[in-house]
Amino acid sequence: MIQVNGLIKDYGARRALNAISFNANQGEIVGFLGPNGAGKTTTMRILTGYMPPTEGEVTVAGYDVVEDSLEVRKRVGYLPETVPLYNDMSALDYLKFMADLRHVPDAEERAAEALESVNLGERANSFIGSFSKGMRQRVGLAQALLHRPEVIILDEPTIGLDPSQVVEIRELIRAIGKDRTVLFSTHILSEAQQICDRVLIINKGKIVAEDTPENLQARLTGAQRIILRVRGESDDLPAKIKKIKGVQDVEAKSDGSIEFEFASGQDSRPQVARAVVQEGYDLLEFRPVGMSLEEIFLELTRDTSSGKKSS
Amino acid sequence: MRNIWTIARREYDQYFISPIAYVVAVALLFILGGYFAFLLVYANQNFGFVPDVNVINDLFAFLLLLSIPALTMRVLADETRTGTIELLLTAPVRDFELVAGKWLGSFLFVLTLILVTGIYPLILRSQVTPGLDWKLMLSSYLGLILLSAAFVAIGVGLSAVFSNQVTAFITTIAVLITLWWLIGIPANVLPTGGEFFRYMQLNTHFANALNAGNLELSNLVYFFSLIAIGLFTGTVAIEVRRWK
Repeated sequence: MIQVNGLIKDYGARRALNAISFNANQGEIVGFLGPNGAGKTTTMRILTGYMPPTEGEVTVAGYDVVEDSLEVRKRVGYLPETVPLYNDMSALDYLKFMADLRHVPDAEERAAEALESVNLGERANSFIGSFSKGMRQRVGLAQALLHRPEVIILDEPTIGLDPSQVVEIRELIRAIGKDRTVLFSTHILSEAQQICDRVLIINKGKIVAEDTPENLQARLTGAQRIILRVRGESDDLPAKIKKIKGVQDVEAKSDGSIEFEFASGQDSRPQVARAVVQEGYDLLEFRPVGMSLEEIFLELTRDTSSGKKSS
Repeated sequence: MRNIWTIARREYDQYFISPIAYVVAVALLFILGGYFAFLLVYANQNFGFVPDVNVINDLFAFLLLLSIPALTMRVLADETRTGTIELLLTAPVRDFELVAGKWLGSFLFVLTLILVTGIYPLILRSQVTPGLDWKLMLSSYLGLILLSAAFVAIGVGLSAVFSNQVTAFITTIAVLITLWWLIGIPANVLPTGGEFFRYMQLNTHFANALNAGNLELSNLVYFFSLIAIGLFTGTVAIEVRRWK
């Protein structure tokens, strides 16, 4: 549904997007992760026909964003980062206006329906200006879903919402994503982990990683890292563990615990555990250190050389 | 066409909840009403003086020059400020349709104000004998309508150029004053070629033509050209913004 090939965007002399490529298929929820200024909003604005790319090919729902901008815009629902609402309109009037603009049949009915879907049916006739941030966000979301678009692009949809609303919105995104394409940006990594089928990590205008949340985690922690703790002193233990086959990078931590890694395919955990007990130590803790998506994210976006990791 | 109408309708409704629009409308109608009342009293005291609609409309036109920029300044500049422009530019609406819709909505609001003053000729009719010069009145009102359509087009166009309302307001006022008065100066100074500048001057087509009861094709061409230039400026400004 979304095909991006070698997309470049320059703002004057500054290159905001440097030849990024990715796809998103129907029924897929793709999370777009990256620090501020990485190019998430720029990419989304190009996909929604707000601005043309400097170079590269971008098609949405089979239409080129430059050649057939209007066709693309008909098929895309978009929630920009700054939720575009008219404060002096009622929620219902606002959605009716958007429905008219998008030639939605039975505009009034569909507007009311969209408001219901984001739990704002009771406030249909209230002015948007009186809404809380979370309510505004939901009106914006209703606007993006109003015309039942094939592709839905949401720029930070859960920002400023309280926890229960966040859960609601995530549920909603998941429901929409069943038969349509959803691309959404976030900087909350657990969110991406929870609802995305696939994660794109973008940094400084480049995609530095692209995979399912699980694979991304597995790939970046190809070597398993184990944390181990024993009762009492453990001065000579690291040296002994190091001798076991397959063990590498043994590190005695200041809190008395020991961390070590073993290469994938060489599970030396049983040997290590046995050795510890045979040496007469009381084994208190023995667990894998999973690299969270947070850490992966930091790892990937820390410096420009981190781009190598994804290849 | 449908998109233009959708945008125009919202824009028109917007004026009725906008404080600036009310302030402008009240000020405009107050000054105009006061002037009209003064004319009537004067006419009653000085037998022989017959006020005509165009006397009021001369003032009206100048008041429109001052007030239309205040009405149109927010039209697109405010959408840029609040970010709602992103909504409109990602809706399946052509840039021209957006600008034309904004223009039409604002123009219809000004037209509403003009229609309110339609009461003046009705009052005059009962006051003067042998009656009103209907041809002059129609021509005068046509001039007023064309003039405001052109002013609004220039205002909306410049509102698209700037993302700041005040800048849009001042620039629009400057352009309108130039057309009203400044551009005519070379016509009186230059030994030759003054015709062009005289043609460019607004009052060649309003005060000295339509508002005097003379309608020529060149007057219509002038006003329609201004409308086209205004809408074109707005459309280009939005396209340029997309590419920036």
